[in-house]
Amino acid sequence: MKKWVAVFLALVIVGVIFSGTLAEIKERGKLIVGTEPTFPPFEYVNENNEIVGFDIDIAQKIADELGVELEILNLPFDSLIPALISDKIDLIVAGMTITEERAKVIDFSIPYFNANQAIVVRDGEPFMPQTLGDLKGKKVAVQLGTTGDLVVSDISGVTITRFQKFTDAFLELQNKRVDAVVLDEAVANAYVKTFPKFIVAAVIDTGEKYGIGVKKGNEELLEFVNTVISNMFKSPYDLLVEKWFEETK
Amino acid sequence: MEAISVVFENLPFLLMGALDTLKLTSFSVLIGLVLGTLIGMGRLSKIKVINVPSTVYVEFLRGTPLLVQISIVYFGLPQLGIQLQAYPAAIVALGLNSGAYIAEIVRAGIQSIPKGQYEAARSLGLTHWQTMRYIILPQAFKNILPALGNEFITLTKDSSLASVIGVTELMRRGQFVITRTFQTFSIYFGIALIYFLMTFTISRLVRYVEKRMAVA
Repeated sequence: MKKWVAVFLALVIVGVIFSGTLAEIKERGKLIVGTEPTFPPFEYVNENNEIVGFDIDIAQKIADELGVELEILNLPFDSLIPALISDKIDLIVAGMTITEERAKVIDFSIPYFNANQAIVVRDGEPFMPQTLGDLKGKKVAVQLGTTGDLVVSDISGVTITRFQKFTDAFLELQNKRVDAVVLDEAVANAYVKTFPKFIVAAVIDTGEKYGIGVKKGNEELLEFVNTVISNMFKSPYDLLVEKWFEETK
Repeated sequence: MEAISVVFENLPFLLMGALDTLKLTSFSVLIGLVLGTLIGMGRLSKIKVINVPSTVYVEFLRGTPLLVQISIVYFGLPQLGIQLQAYPAAIVALGLNSGAYIAEIVRAGIQSIPKGQYEAARSLGLTHWQTMRYIILPQAFKNILPALGNEFITLTKDSSLASVIGVTELMRRGQFVITRTFQTFSIYFGIALIYFLMTFTISRLVRYVEKRMAVA
């Protein structure tokens, strides 16, 4: 029994993490990024049990620039902001749309991806919504806490069912308990490609953008992330010009 | 039959999660047993400072959802300066929770032993603790074994709630496979089967111990 208690205490002690200012992250030697790896192609778990995707490569780039290891902490999407606030993670890189509500509790980096919402329906059926307004009086499934959830919640007269996983929302669509699923365009396209029985009826230009979440007040880290992102937008040529003509004082 | 082969292809990946589920449950059961035995005895104590907190503990942990308790341990405690990683946080929450249920089982077990036994032991000169340790608890344990087995099975299934704080146990791993393969139904079915195999094994083991104890 004593041994088990010791093992458990060791687990608890190892479990202690310290919150992440830039200096602390460097001292710790790793950047802890939270994401929900059930969102291909942005983040998902591949056959080798590795978390991969567009966002992961971006997180890796930030870790590289910091000169530290990258550690990915997988969490449900609606747990990411609580995890950031309670210092479980340094950054959220999870295809998270910058919204007013979220920006009240966390800070966002400059946008790194332009995303839109797609309305997906069963193929071969008469219901072909072209706008969000067409969903009035219909049943719609969304993923809890996502932008799809937010935009559909703004339409009056829609019955919304919210799921932890977008795949469960599609199961609901397949089982004909809802008329449509609203979710991010890139993810919808990946899904519909695998399952031709669904079709993207319309893409709604919501003008939404993905940002990286940083804890409020952690200005140093936010600035660093912004620099990494804006440098990624520049070509190697741009960076050379900057290095040799603009930064020489 | 892609729907079936997808389960087999991902079986090693899912079984790793099953192993985590078992580890999570074992650690929690250990905590639950220790806590439950102490608090179960506390519930029967005539001393108010022991009895009242024990009762409050049981009522509170039994009366609030486990999902909420897990979230409080993982997301709430950091506000008080206690940082636990997902895995230990899940063990703590599950252990505290099952402690409350086991306490009630232990209390019932102790009460199932005729009072005369306690009185007889005391009149033979054993102290309260000696009576508990050598006379009452061993017999009570035998009586409560089926109820304990039931609690272990419940805990095995409830450990799937740890997926909400990102513990990669069986349920969470299943979700990963679903997002990669989009085979929602067959993966959920496969997970259900693995959970069943685990709980069925536990129920057989408890039955075996029960039989052994009946002989002894």
